[in-house]
Amino acid sequence: MTRLAVDPITCTGHGLCAELFPEGIALDEWGYPLLAAGELPPDLLRTARKVAAACPTRALRLRDDGRAG
Amino acid sequence: MTAVTAPELTRGLLDGPGPSFAQHCAAHGPLPVVDLHTLVEEAGLAGRGGAGFPTAAKLRSVAAAAAATRKAPVVVANGSEGEPAAAKDATLLALVPHLVLDGLALVAAALGASAAYLAADEALLPGLATHLADRRDPVGVRLHPVAQVFLSGEESALCAALDGRPPLPRTKFPPVRERGVAGRPTLVLNVETLARLALVARGNDLAAAALLVTRRMEIAGTPWVDVVDVPLGSRIGDVLRLDDAQAVLIGGYAGTWVEASRAAGLRLDRSSLAPAGASLGAGVLAALPADRCGLRETAGVVGYLAAQSAGQCGPCLNGLPRIAAALDVLARPAPAPSGLLRDVERWSGLLPGRGACSHPDATVRLVASALRVFSEELARHGADRCSAHTGRPFLPVPGSG
Repeated sequence: MTRLAVDPITCTGHGLCAELFPEGIALDEWGYPLLAAGELPPDLLRTARKVAAACPTRALRLRDDGRAG
Repeated sequence: MTAVTAPELTRGLLDGPGPSFAQHCAAHGPLPVVDLHTLVEEAGLAGRGGAGFPTAAKLRSVAAAAAATRKAPVVVANGSEGEPAAAKDATLLALVPHLVLDGLALVAAALGASAAYLAADEALLPGLATHLADRRDPVGVRLHPVAQVFLSGEESALCAALDGRPPLPRTKFPPVRERGVAGRPTLVLNVETLARLALVARGNDLAAAALLVTRRMEIAGTPWVDVVDVPLGSRIGDVLRLDDAQAVLIGGYAGTWVEASRAAGLRLDRSSLAPAGASLGAGVLAALPADRCGLRETAGVVGYLAAQSAGQCGPCLNGLPRIAAALDVLARPAPAPSGLLRDVERWSGLLPGRGACSHPDATVRLVASALRVFSEELARHGADRCSAHTGRPFLPVPGSG
């Protein structure tokens, strides 16, 4: 089971993730990411990985089995 | 002042002839050698720091992490008490310091710890150093002063402080139970939890079935604050005098408001409090007198809590000050801008689960309970009225005089 996770301390609200991955990430009114709840659909996994890698502060992760990677 | 007594109250944990080691030994006898893991499991002891986590599970996970990493763990007695309304940890450390130190020695021995710390307010340390000098603990205890800020007792913030870093919470992966002080598996237990352990180890099974409560109330207009040892399951109405109270703050500033009439019948244990959205928290019970404005009191507390955000996580950093400012407006006896209440509700929805620690979650829970319990007051404010007869604050807020 893979889901999106954000390290709230490392995240500084660049907002790049929401721009690149609107299917799974929206921004709150202060520019911080709101992640889609639950498991990522398999067809979105590749994109999600790329978006996580593009996070300027490396705050966005993909998380397996309920633990942060 | 007349004493407030209720039949169910005892002073068990705080009973004792005095704080010295000689007095402690005379009252309690020597510390027995016990199988702590089994004992704690059977006693069903839960942590008294706020989260109420089962102590046996904590012990087990630190032991497992120590075995897996082959690192000797660290044990920490947490007497930080950053909660301004609470006084139980300081009281305990002043009255029965050796019960806390016994508990720390027990967990240090059970885990084969390489280091032990006791963190407390700076003012308590000289006295504690004297008490420590009378003991011969196999694992020496290092005293550590904690900053008097709300989050100083949050376990990851405390571990950071013990490592010489700023006392800020960090994300829960990995938890301090796996990697805490000096990167070692770390067991952080509240000082009350440790004192109870010391009594349970001596065969006092009732010790696990009670909790320290800091009571705040007013009796005939006079503020009353004390700390009592109360059996779990006691009715709040038997613990607090509620004749002249409108609501009870249960748990402290990370807690919940409940109407006095409803609170009176609630029992002090997890399962009874949960349906009322409340929990034991840091063991604070504050009975808000009828002549105060619950919204004003909450606004004061929330302003303090917003300022006490570690400022690390965007939603907390942005959301709490906005909620606090809005609450400040709602606390005035004047019509509030339309939509302000909806703003508070929306911001409150944006915070839970989005911080490294539970500070934002707890604060919006407090706010929601205030808006529910003091809804009539809110309507009164809309009509330029307020039920407060005094501007004297009831709940203590550091820095506000």
